[in-house]
Parts: sequence; structure tokens; C-alpha cells
Amino acid sequence: MWSLSKITDIIHSWLTETFNPTWTLIIEMVIVGVGVIGLFAVLGLILVIMERKVSAYMQIRLGPNRVGPKGMMQSMADTVKLLVKEGMTPDGADKFLFNFAPFIAMIVAMLLMAPIAFAKDFQIWDINIGVLYITAISSLNVIAILMAGWSSNNKYSLLGAMRSGAQIVSYELSAGLAILVIVVLTGSLQISDIVAAQANGWWIFKGWLPAWIAFLIFMIAVTAETNRAPFDLSEAESELTGGFHTEYSGMKFALFFLAEYINVFIVCGIGATLFLGGWMPFHIGNWEGFNHVMDYIPSSIWFFGKTFFLIFVIMWFRWTFPRLRIDQLLNLEWKYLLPIGMVNILLVTVIAILKWHF
Amino acid sequence: MIEEIGTTEQGDLIINVGPQHPATHGVLHLVITLNGETIKKIEPHLGYIHRSIEKMCESLTYRQFIYTTSRMDYLSSHINNHGCALLVEKGLQIEVPPRAQVIRILMDELTRIASHILWWGAMAMDLGAMTPYFHAFRERELINDIMEETCGARLTMNYQVPGGVMADIHPNFQRRVKDIIKQLYKKLPEYDELVTGNTIFKARTQGIGYLSKEDAISYGVTGPSARASGVSCDIRKLYPYEGYEKLNFQEVMHTGCDTYSRYLVRMIEIRESISILEQLVDNIPEGDYQAKTKAVLKLPKGEFYTRVETARGELGVYVVSEGGTTPYRIKFRSPGFSNLCALDHMTRGQKIGDMVAIMGSLDLVIPDIDR
Amino acid sequence: MTNEELITELTTIQPNLVPEAGGEWPNFFVEAADWPKLAQALRFKDDLFFDYLFCLTCVDWKTHLAMVYHLSSTRHRHNIVIKSKLNREKPEIQTVCDIWRTAEFHEREVYELFGVNFLNHPDLRKLILPDDWVGYPLRKDYEDPINMIKL
Repeated sequence: MWSLSKITDIIHSWLTETFNPTWTLIIEMVIVGVGVIGLFAVLGLILVIMERKVSAYMQIRLGPNRVGPKGMMQSMADTVKLLVKEGMTPDGADKFLFNFAPFIAMIVAMLLMAPIAFAKDFQIWDINIGVLYITAISSLNVIAILMAGWSSNNKYSLLGAMRSGAQIVSYELSAGLAILVIVVLTGSLQISDIVAAQANGWWIFKGWLPAWIAFLIFMIAVTAETNRAPFDLSEAESELTGGFHTEYSGMKFALFFLAEYINVFIVCGIGATLFLGGWMPFHIGNWEGFNHVMDYIPSSIWFFGKTFFLIFVIMWFRWTFPRLRIDQLLNLEWKYLLPIGMVNILLVTVIAILKWHF
Repeated sequence: MIEEIGTTEQGDLIINVGPQHPATHGVLHLVITLNGETIKKIEPHLGYIHRSIEKMCESLTYRQFIYTTSRMDYLSSHINNHGCALLVEKGLQIEVPPRAQVIRILMDELTRIASHILWWGAMAMDLGAMTPYFHAFRERELINDIMEETCGARLTMNYQVPGGVMADIHPNFQRRVKDIIKQLYKKLPEYDELVTGNTIFKARTQGIGYLSKEDAISYGVTGPSARASGVSCDIRKLYPYEGYEKLNFQEVMHTGCDTYSRYLVRMIEIRESISILEQLVDNIPEGDYQAKTKAVLKLPKGEFYTRVETARGELGVYVVSEGGTTPYRIKFRSPGFSNLCALDHMTRGQKIGDMVAIMGSLDLVIPDIDR
Repeated sequence: MTNEELITELTTIQPNLVPEAGGEWPNFFVEAADWPKLAQALRFKDDLFFDYLFCLTCVDWKTHLAMVYHLSSTRHRHNIVIKSKLNREKPEIQTVCDIWRTAEFHEREVYELFGVNFLNHPDLRKLILPDDWVGYPLRKDYEDPINMIKL
């Protein structure tokens, strides 16, 4: 059967036969780079149209339905519109930082793609500190937002950026603690190890209570980290009009917009990898027949299916909940999620030492 | 016009909300002094949509001036028209036929429901939930359809004229009103599920924007906003007009004094209005829909004041007549203007997010404030 | 309190009040100088207790301006109308926004539309019109050849 790993193997062996190792590496890097940018664009388009369709469904509307079949090309048309728009830079802005900020947001999102396992043996970089790498890189995102908010020379942007800074920095902790739970259970920081450890059952089933709590905390924390409603205080359109990207227009705005959606995809991908088994099919104990049937579904479908399910959950949050206030947001983190997360770590350590999990 | 604004001497941040801002629902301009996220002072700047309706009315006849009032509080335009029609009838002592009275009340209550429903959606949107807005519009559209059939317009109806209503109701009217009652009974629990019981919504609104009873009276706050502070101020009960005294309905009161109680009062008021509709929709008396009036109306010399309960509060119409065909001086005591007075008092010491919630709960309509 | 009782009560408080006939509520004319004292009495005397100022406006009578205060009591449910004649050239009256706080905005509105100067008002600036506006639009002799449509 064809799988993504086979394709990569074929390309790799063909390249090693044709070129010397250095050129092979360079060509592979180029292929990966083009692949990531392509995936970026495609994911952005898909997620935007998905969000619009999901929100339309929840708001008893039709959503975009003019461009292409059932409006599916709408986000393409929007991209073209944004591309040809004039990118304005306000007079009082710090020009360099203002123009640089969207690219940081974008680069951070791209870097995060590296250790994610999209399918069986299909991973750009299986670094041995994969989880640590993700938490480290994703916290750089706040720099882009602060930079954008500060350099815009707009009070709304500044307030939005300050809110966002406080928010991302605090919720990083909870997300980190939730991730640690799985690291403790697996005993490895490497993404491929974490996925492999879930061959006989996903952590959300095997990890008992601590894994459930960690999953809940993780979902809440990453919703906040990606600045999505109900934690979208940094852009809170009814309070701060646009938050940190009030002054952005054209493609620079689109980069922020795209980075937001890619971040949502990435955090959901990580959530799926850590808690829902990544590309690992759904297996139940030793039901051979059932497991065999599940194995027939390609691993990439498993990964993307789980990820998009989590993305749908996050969109569901967005279109049903009102927004929190800044102090409530920080209270939630520092007074509830963080203590719970810490106790949870203790609990999972006990469970892991006593080998109570499956 | 407004001095170059940056920061004050104390280092507070001054921020302009509006005139184009999603939270102000129109062209209201607020200059907010902030200390971090905490509000120290709010200063409204009005006039972006001021048309000086009062001055315009001085050159319009008693039949014409009613039409300008639809443009004041456009979400309760029927009730504005009603207030003016009542004033002319009071001055000329015109007896309104019973059929017209019932039609007027039906239209008023439909308007009130539509206004409150739209407010519900807008309030939720202010707090960051987009979905209720669209759900609110679904029911409001049905009410607007009824208006369109009978009055010919969807927003500025101009249906109530001195002596009654402009035209008889559409044959479908009663059936469609019953339909909307059924629809609302089905959908209101859905509204409650989506917003009223939501933990985040409660956390955002409870205890926010405290307005004590004394302050509410002193600031001249009326309507649901004042009734949530325990002030009995429903004109329909206190100074009944047009046969409201014969109807069975409650004056909705709450003693919470906060944003959440203002929310609850309006939600219960929708139900009270539905009960009024139910009492009247099958009992529209036969007869004329308009009293016989002279072609040219001339109010006797003197002063006249009528008040009606709009969706936002008490609308007062004060006319000074010199005996001519046009008013000598007319003053609209609009509920929005007085309710806005309390905004600064209610928001001091709260966060920006609270300011949006409080402003939402006051249900400000900017053309009503500016006139 | 009925209207008759109100009239007798008020004339005992302020003997130089001039009652005016007509209208559904008792009407009184008060001298601008006596107004603060009367306002205090209206608001704080227990059997009057006019705590709700529901309408504050001004009428231009060409010879003079007349301030009109509509007052109501949420406790006793009686209404009263107080008027005060002001000099048209230099209209001045004491503010009441320390008694009824709703007056703050209403007085600012009257200030810019009629040019009445409210003494001791905490923040008497233009509310609706631009700051550089000349003239008082709601006065009868106001002319604006561009924006005003005369019928």
C-alpha cells in the first residue's frame, strides 16, 4: 500500500543514487521548505474556509457560497484580494519593527512544523527533545505580537499587545505542565517515542484521570495561547477594535491571520499527538480483527482527522462563548489551572512510578 | 476640536473610543482616561449624528413632525410615533377608536420585543459572543415582516398618526402575530441556554456596573435599566395610556442593580410583552382604525407633555404651542440621553471590558441620544 | 399630594412664586436668584421629595428665555413644573446638577443650544456642537442660510 513514508523513501534513495550526499541534503531541504510553505498556504486556505463554514453553521447562515463550488474558493479570492491590497505603514510607526513583526509570527509558525509527525515515519525532523523544542519555539510568538503592538504607535494595539503578552506568558505554564504529564508517562521527549508508546491505546484512555485533566488544561491553555475566543482579549474587536493588528492591512495583516490559523493547527496537532495517539490508529487491547481493520486506514488520515476534530472543538468554543475579562483570564490561569496542573503532575508521577497506567 | 490627546500629567492613558468603534453601536465618541486597564473617567462627546430634530419640528406641522421621531430611536419608532400622536390627541381632545388603540398597543409591544431581542444579540456580541446576534436577527426579521405587511416599512414605520393608525391591519396580521408568539416561546429557552446561564457571561456581568436606586433616580435613568435597580418607572403602569390599565401584565423589577439584572429585566420583559400580545391579538375590536380629524391640526395655546414607555425608557414629548399649525417649541426627553448620564458614574474603577458590558446593558441607541 | 395642596405648600415655602394657570401639572415661575433655595427644598423636604428631574429644557420667547424644569417624585408620585425667566442678553441661572445629577448633561445641552450660562456647573462645555460653533441654534433668531431649511 502507498504511504507517505514510502514516497519519501523513494525520493531519498533516488536522490542519493543521483547526487552526492551534500547535494542530496540541500535538495531535500529545498523540497521540505517548498513543502512547508505549500502546506502553510493550503492549511491557511482550508482552515479559513472551515472556520467560516463552521461559524455559518452555528449561526444559521449559509456562509460563503459564491466563489467556486459551495463557496470553497472564497478564501483563495480573499488571499488574492489581500495580496493586491496596498500595505500601509502608519506615519508614527516604528517602520522596521512594524514590517518585521508579521514575519516573526510566520517564522515561528513555520519552525513549529518541524517536529510534528504527520504520518507514520513522515516527520521533518525527529529531534530527541521534540516537545521541549515546541514549547520553546511557541513562546517566541509573544515577541511578534508585542513588537506589532508596540511599533504600531496606536493605543488599541498597545493595550492588545500588553494583554496578549500577559496572557501568552501565563498560559505557557499550564500548557507546559499538561505536556509534562505525557512526558512523564512516556519517559521521552521525542515525538516518535510518544506516538509509539500509544500503539496499544491512546494516552487519553491509558493515562486515567491525570491524562484527562491534562488534556482539558492543554485545550484551554492552547486556546488562550493562540488568542482564540473566549480568550481573544488581544484582539477583542468589541473593546479594542482589532487589538495588536489594528494598524495592519494587506499582506502583512494576512500573515498575522495566517500565522494564527497555522498556530491553531499546530497546537491541535500537538494535542492530537500527545493525547490522541498522533498518527496511531485506534486500537483496543487485543481485539486483533478490529485493530487490523483500523490499520487499513492510512496513518495520515488518522493524524489529520484527530487534528481537525480538535480544531473543530476550538472553533466551537469560539462561536459559543463570550469573552473573558483580563483579570478573570489571569485568575483562571494562576488560581485554577496552574495549581491543578501542578497537583496533576504529582499525581501522574505517583501513577508512573507505581506503574498503575496500562 | 478635541485637544491633542496623549497622556495626562499623572501618566494616565487617554484613549478615544469611537466615533467609529464596534462597541458604541453607532457614532458615539467616548474619551476614556485609563490607568492600565482600569477606567478613571469617561467623557462622552456627542453630536456626530445630531440632526436637531427639535429645531426641524418647529417648522413642521402637527401631522408632519411625527415622522421625524421615527428617526430618533429607530428601534422603537412605533412607540416614538405613539408618544407624539398621543400629544396631538391630548391637545385636540381627539377620541381614538378602540380598534386603533388595540392596534397601537400590539405594534408597540411587537416593537419592544424586536428591540429587546436585537439588544440581546448586541449585548452578547459586546461580550465577545458572535452567534447570539444572528439568532436574534432570525426572530427580529419575522417581526419586521409583520411590520412590513401592515405598515409598509421595516424600520421607520410612521404608522401611528394623530387620531389612530394610518391604515387598517393586513389580513394576515393576526395569524402572523400568533406565529411569532409560538416561535418566541420555542426560541426563548434557547436564548437562555446560549447566554443567560453561561458561566463566562455571568462572571462578566454579575456585580458589574452597580447603579443604586438613588443614583438611578438622580441620574434620570429610566426603562429596564432603572427597573433593574428597583426603581418603579414603567409609564405603562404609572401613567397608563391607550388602555394599558385594562391589560394584565407585570412591571418587571429587579434589585440586583448590576449588569446582569439589567439583562434579566429585559429578558423577562420580552415575556411580558408576549403575554400582552396574547391578550390582545384575538380581541381586536371592530370599527374605525382612525378618528375623523380636521385636515389642518391646530393645537390650542398652551403647553403639553406626554410620556410613553419606549424599549429604552421614558420618552417625554414637551410641546409649547402658540395656537398655530406648527409647534412653537418642542422638546424630546429621550431615554438614551439620560441613561448616558449615568455611564461615567457606573464605569469608574472598572475595566475596559466592563465598560463595554455596561454600555451594552444600558442599551444606548445613538440617534436617540443625539436627536 | 394633589395639585392644590402642592400650590399651597409651595407658596408657603417661597412666597414670591407666581403660579401659572393651565397645564395638567402645577406651574410656577421663580426668580433665578431664588431657584437654588427652592430646588433644595423641593428635593429634600420629605413631603415634597421631588427626586426625579425628568425634563430640563429652555424656551426662547423672543423677549426672554424661560428655563423649564419638570420634576417628579418617585415616592409621592406628584409632578410639578418650575419655570424661570432669564434675561435674553445675559442668561444666567444657578446649576442644579449637584441636586439632580442628570442635570449635568441636560444643562450642557441647553448651554450650547440656547446660550444659558449655568453658574457653578462643574464642566460647562459644548456637548453636541463643535467647539468653534458660533450662535445658539435653538434660539428663534438663529440664522443658518446653508443648513437650515425654512418652510
